[in-house]
Amino acid sequence: MADRREQGAQYDSGMAVNADLAGTAYPETEPYLVGREKVREFARATGSTDPVALDPAAAEAAGFADVVAPPTFAVVVQDRTLGQLLADERAGIDFSRVVHGDQRFTYSRPIVAGDLLTARMTVTSVKTLGGNAMVTAESDIRDAAGEHVVTAVSTLVVRGDA
Amino acid sequence: MSDALAVGDVVATGRFPIDRDALVRYAGASGDFNPIHYRDDVAQSVGLPGVLAHGMLTMGLAVQPVVNRFGSARIRDYQVRFTRPVPVPPEGEVVLEVEAKVARIDEEQGTARVDLTVRVDDATVLGRAQVVVALESR
Repeated sequence: MADRREQGAQYDSGMAVNADLAGTAYPETEPYLVGREKVREFARATGSTDPVALDPAAAEAAGFADVVAPPTFAVVVQDRTLGQLLADERAGIDFSRVVHGDQRFTYSRPIVAGDLLTARMTVTSVKTLGGNAMVTAESDIRDAAGEHVVTAVSTLVVRGDA
Repeated sequence: MSDALAVGDVVATGRFPIDRDALVRYAGASGDFNPIHYRDDVAQSVGLPGVLAHGMLTMGLAVQPVVNRFGSARIRDYQVRFTRPVPVPPEGEVVLEVEAKVARIDEEQGTARVDLTVRVDDATVLGRAQVVVALESR
């Protein structure tokens, strides 16, 4: 933490995160092309036996253009926005002190292979609780037509110095 | 066609063994290469007992019984709180047990809230684990 201070990040005394971060909006991420094999790999890694996630023919029979990603796949796209937050010197977040507090996804539709997705993140709140900081960030994920697909909200707990 | 769901119904259950191989597979699939999920020395250096499962792996596994019951396309919202870390030993496995129960039906919105109880060794590892699913049109 001391090193980070010397790099010029602004801190309240003892606080692990810049309190002024709330309300910060980050630029839209580069488009992410959802690949069929990535969806299948992710589905297998999260215990899926859902034919619609694993078998393109089953997905097509169910009315989808290609395999349907499991609900938490959106984190792969959201991660690019969280990367922006962790890389932001102004935020002053030490990644080794970060713990995932909670996670939420709100869907307009499932992610399907072939989707070209972009995400825009806004830090919605920064709170302190017992020396820890809790940063909540909301990432709005849209398809190539600009239609909403899913909103991913994470609360990261940044452990304090104590 | 109706789901004929009632509050209190257990709509799905699941049992998912997690071993170190599963963590490596999830790291690759998700792109989350935080070494606390595959290296004991790194995990211990930041004060953890050892390698932990990715919270997002736990969240991803826990929803699968609901996906199997209703299909991904009917899931409107899914949230969890990571209340207890899940250590995964270098040998053997831990088992994630999931029970999905209808907590609320909102006829006006056409949705049901399904609450997940997610346990490892009888200890709850996810809090406020809730899935909102669209009811079948009838």
